[in-house]
Amino acid sequence: MSGTTPRQHWLAILARASRAEIESLAGGLSALPDHDVLKAPETGTVMVEGRAGGAGRRFNLGEATVTRCVVRLGDGTMGFSYALGRDGRKARLAAVIDGLLQREGEAGPLRSGVAELAARQQAARTLASRKAAATKVDFFTLVRGA
Amino acid sequence: MYVAVKGGEAAILATHDLIAEARRGNEAVPELSVAQIREQMGLACARVMNEGSLYDADLAALALKQAQGDAIEAAFLMRAYRTTLPRFGSSEPVDTAQMAIRRRVSATYKDLPGGQVLGPTYDYTHRLFDFALMEEEPRRAPSPLAGEGRGEGSRDAADALLAKPANESDQCAPSSAPLGHLLPQGEKERAPLDTTMPRVPDILGAEGLMEAEEPPEGDPRPFDLTREPVSFPADRDVRLQAMARGDEGFMLGLGYSVQRGYGNSHPFVGEVRVGEVSVAFVPEELGFAVDLGEITLTECQMVNQFNGTKDVPPQFTRGYGLAFGHAERKAMSMSLVDRALKAREFGEAAEYPAQQDEFVLYHSDNVEAAGFVEHLKLPHYVDFQGELELIRRIRREREQRLARETQETQVQETQAQETQDTLPEAAE
Repeated sequence: MSGTTPRQHWLAILARASRAEIESLAGGLSALPDHDVLKAPETGTVMVEGRAGGAGRRFNLGEATVTRCVVRLGDGTMGFSYALGRDGRKARLAAVIDGLLQREGEAGPLRSGVAELAARQQAARTLASRKAAATKVDFFTLVRGA
Repeated sequence: MYVAVKGGEAAILATHDLIAEARRGNEAVPELSVAQIREQMGLACARVMNEGSLYDADLAALALKQAQGDAIEAAFLMRAYRTTLPRFGSSEPVDTAQMAIRRRVSATYKDLPGGQVLGPTYDYTHRLFDFALMEEEPRRAPSPLAGEGRGEGSRDAADALLAKPANESDQCAPSSAPLGHLLPQGEKERAPLDTTMPRVPDILGAEGLMEAEEPPEGDPRPFDLTREPVSFPADRDVRLQAMARGDEGFMLGLGYSVQRGYGNSHPFVGEVRVGEVSVAFVPEELGFAVDLGEITLTECQMVNQFNGTKDVPPQFTRGYGLAFGHAERKAMSMSLVDRALKAREFGEAAEYPAQQDEFVLYHSDNVEAAGFVEHLKLPHYVDFQGELELIRRIRREREQRLARETQETQVQETQAQETQDTLPEAAE
């Protein structure tokens, strides 16, 4: 997403991370902070919309599974997680991390952890793009009967 | 009318055991894991996600495993599961112009901005078996192109490729990115693709040569056929939703019929693109868009021949197809039928099946179709008893009628005979 806030940015990074990556991010903390689970991890769906012709009338393409979780840290900060898939544990940890990130300064350890994840995701995208670029072709038009 | 029956519990439980055994097959052969199906049967998973109308590759793989690879039964499992989930809402419309492209080809322009990217495709394979894939040892599978055209000898080519040291960055591939294992030649030197590539119809549109696709006044919420009954004529949003979840084979057959002359169509693939697109959702409690992650989509823009009116000069018309996962045949078929279904809007005679929304929408859903066709094998004893009684009565009545007629004929013949007997002179 372009034109996003820092929080939107980290939520996007966390949503794309695997459970193992989120666990290792949370594992870097000395201890998971006390928190209340306001909305326990819940799996539901979001209807994915498309547009006719790519830019025209909206239509419903089909649903996707989404898991969400909301927590409240000791100081009242609310942490959210919304991500594709059905991973409840990832959702809860990501919600706690979202809460902590809101409290943490820009130079905090979680921020740099998220930055690392972001770099890894970007590297993966670039690699995929390079692989695709290796299949770029130039078709020649042959003149029939020449 | 279908009358329910009771009983047969023991037999049904036994058949559950037996189907589990049949599904497992020979126990000397290792069991498939869901992750294996997800990773190695990705195109089958895409089909199940489309027809099950639920994007979740793990569930699609599970459905395929549970259904022994029966795509329609697997789609049914997806649909059934979906009904147990709450719906949080609708996403922002996905923006396919921002797609992270893995494949993008156009049949209309040789040199288009961003270029032609073949990506992973079977299009240019020779459809010869790659017997190296029969190897049972766990090893890195060779590229489908590796042994192309060499039959059994392909193993050598595969070995040569396997001998290459694995690329390090390839090892830490993240969960979300669908990466292959063997790096195509020259991958290292290649610059990545452009981050955004214009959609081909938009290029034509900039010249005014293409039918415009703009949101209607107010950009209304789309109709949802899973929540409201469909009425006809159906609007474009209804048609697109129905086709997106429609059976690939049915859509393919209809698309083919359009090309063969059962519908007014002269199509070119403006563009097919495959890649990853972000899904954004605005949770009420947050009030801003949250990026939920990426899904793989296939989009097809079909360019068709002209239409014009008094006010609008002749323009190309278009058909649109969009599908979950890598599903080109589905997206292309959908785009052909989408254009055919615009017949009414363009004032064309809707003479053929693919042009008739009611026909297409009522028959494209394979879960409904399979349900109605396959329910015929369930007990219909009461119905059939009725039919039996009816046919017996009809036959009885027919026999009685015939008997009566025979009798009457005999009586008439006898009378005629008697008449002749009494008037012998007259006969001679």
